[in-house]
Amino acid sequence: MLSDRESRRALIATVAQAVIDHADELTALDQAIGDGDHGINMKRGAEAVLADLDSLADKTLPEGLKGIGMALVMKVGGASGPLYGTFLMSLGKALPEEGGAEDLVAAFDAALQAVMARGKSHPGQKTMLDVLAPALECLKADPRAPAALSAAAGAAAEATIPMQAERGRASFLGERSIGHMDPGARSSALIIDTVCKTLEATGEAAGT
Amino acid sequence: MSKENVGIVIVSHSSDVARGTADMVRQMVGDEVPLAWCGGDPDGGLGTSVETILGAIDQAWSQAGVAILVDLGGAETNSEMAIEMQPEERRSRIAICNAPIVEGAVMAATEASGGASLDIVRQTAEELSPG
Repeated sequence: MLSDRESRRALIATVAQAVIDHADELTALDQAIGDGDHGINMKRGAEAVLADLDSLADKTLPEGLKGIGMALVMKVGGASGPLYGTFLMSLGKALPEEGGAEDLVAAFDAALQAVMARGKSHPGQKTMLDVLAPALECLKADPRAPAALSAAAGAAAEATIPMQAERGRASFLGERSIGHMDPGARSSALIIDTVCKTLEATGEAAGT
Repeated sequence: MSKENVGIVIVSHSSDVARGTADMVRQMVGDEVPLAWCGGDPDGGLGTSVETILGAIDQAWSQAGVAILVDLGGAETNSEMAIEMQPEERRSRIAICNAPIVEGAVMAATEASGGASLDIVRQTAEELSPG
């Protein structure tokens, strides 16, 4: 899986660029129910990743994921840094170097558990977990179906709109958080969608 | 400054709040506790940064441990991350206090200045929290 440097480099660059391109949208979502910094923070993290792109691409996939996670932890500045950082570092830690699709499912599961522990949260509280948990279920059903995964993540982000926030700054709003998409759910869906589409385009997904 | 006493670290989203809280601790409690503060994201905006929290923990480090006071969500999450990145022998000697940042910092520092243990310092700060 992503065994050559150029495909890793392209994937990292594409995902980081997608986050940067959507920074304003993420910030607008966060202004509605949070503190309005999600896009700015994620963009800062993505820029830190791009600044280190060559050395991150040099690493194996598991080591690269850990490296990206650490960059996000150190540079993002909001709660999303440790949350996304924990996800990627746990994913890298759990993924064997020569892993296949089944290893990805187990690693994704481990990473999801780590984010739940870090955020002291669980699915159903209008957070990124409401995208990551359905994404795991989709991977379990078929780990080689990027189009289905991308669609499931997008639908899961939409499904946070009618939910009431129970974690993070949005929870201060109580019922007023209903009617807005959760920014963390949106950024998670965006990243999953970009990864899936990139892998699909390069044919990587079929071989994993 | 005594390095025997528990150190206090103040982590706010705002460097002004963090510095102001530290000023209050210094004036009300004095110089008997190691004290450090940090606030703001890596670009100087509102937010918190693991990197600066790590630096503040180093600055306030004491053999008796360090009590951290935080304001909102991200400050706590980033502080937890910073604790996990510490050498193992330090981790159990750092505690995040579930307390209001200003009152908690003053109460924790007052307790620490008398030589109380980290557990007692934290409990004293947390008495300020409802429930």
